[in-house]
Amino acid sequence: MYKIGIIGRRDAVQGFMALGFSVHEAADAQQAAHELHAMARAGEYAVIFLTEDYAAQLEDELARYRSQPTPAVVSLPGQGGSAGYGMNSLRRAVERAVGADILFGESLQPPRH
Amino acid sequence: MAELRVNPTRMEMKRYQARYQTARRGHKLLKDKRDELMRLFLDVVREDKALRERVEAALADVYAGFSVAGAVSGPQMLGEALICPRAEAELELGTRNLMSVNVPVFRVRLHGDGSAAHCNYGFAFTSGELDAAVESLGGILGDLLRMAELEKTAQLLAEEIERTRRRVNALEYILMPQYLDIIRTIRMRLEENERGNTTRLMKVKDMMLAAAHRPDPGEDEDGDDPPD
Repeated sequence: MYKIGIIGRRDAVQGFMALGFSVHEAADAQQAAHELHAMARAGEYAVIFLTEDYAAQLEDELARYRSQPTPAVVSLPGQGGSAGYGMNSLRRAVERAVGADILFGESLQPPRH
Repeated sequence: MAELRVNPTRMEMKRYQARYQTARRGHKLLKDKRDELMRLFLDVVREDKALRERVEAALADVYAGFSVAGAVSGPQMLGEALICPRAEAELELGTRNLMSVNVPVFRVRLHGDGSAAHCNYGFAFTSGELDAAVESLGGILGDLLRMAELEKTAQLLAEEIERTRRRVNALEYILMPQYLDIIRTIRMRLEENERGNTTRLMKVKDMMLAAAHRPDPGEDEDGDDPPD
């Protein structure tokens, strides 16, 4: 049996307590990275959600978990709403696999007047 | 391309021909694997994209609900209300084999359904917004986990596709041309040897004929000596 973890600012993540997630508060990205590594090392988390504001700063740290089957580190928008980080990382995965961005292309084109 | 040092023998050539055939078969298989992985990957990414859009929109509502609840009953109260959940989410982790890539499958087991009715806080000191927010958060739990599953799958598939593509390219542009080159070199050397042999034989034959036809001092002369 695995647990579900979530890391982020207090106001963003405390609601997830109601679902029984294991909530870890982090005041800054440094602390979030620390929590993340500790949780990954413990090996009891299959999924770790991370708020976008931290995920964007911890790009290198997240790359470490990308090729491992667990934990799945997934970014969620924080309290401030989505800044598109999650979509961006999806787009990067597409670029990596296909060699070109073929799914999100339409959103990147400049608007027509 | 750098010339490879090989023995120009028929046996070596057979060996390289066999290796070339293997490489060609492997190349075809890997190319098919890459195409299939790509198809799966694009399906996963499309679903993930739609799911993420939905989840992000829903989360915005949930956060708004919690903000209002915090404003109405005070952040202290909110923290206290949530600190002791009755719902407990546990994950069962399975794996699925997609083209020999093991991707995770999450099955959530929720003790208590996460809805407001199952929350462990008293309704007296909390606002209704909190109940609604918790309820809608419970509603997207399935989507959240599906999204985690899909994103992990996409990452693992992307990596495998990259690896497969490298292999395909290495076979197609390095290994197979190299083998062909070796085979051609050997064949040319063998043919060259063959020609050398033939000319040597012809030369020997000429010499023998010349020796046979050389007028013996004791015999009549025929007069049609082969040229030297």
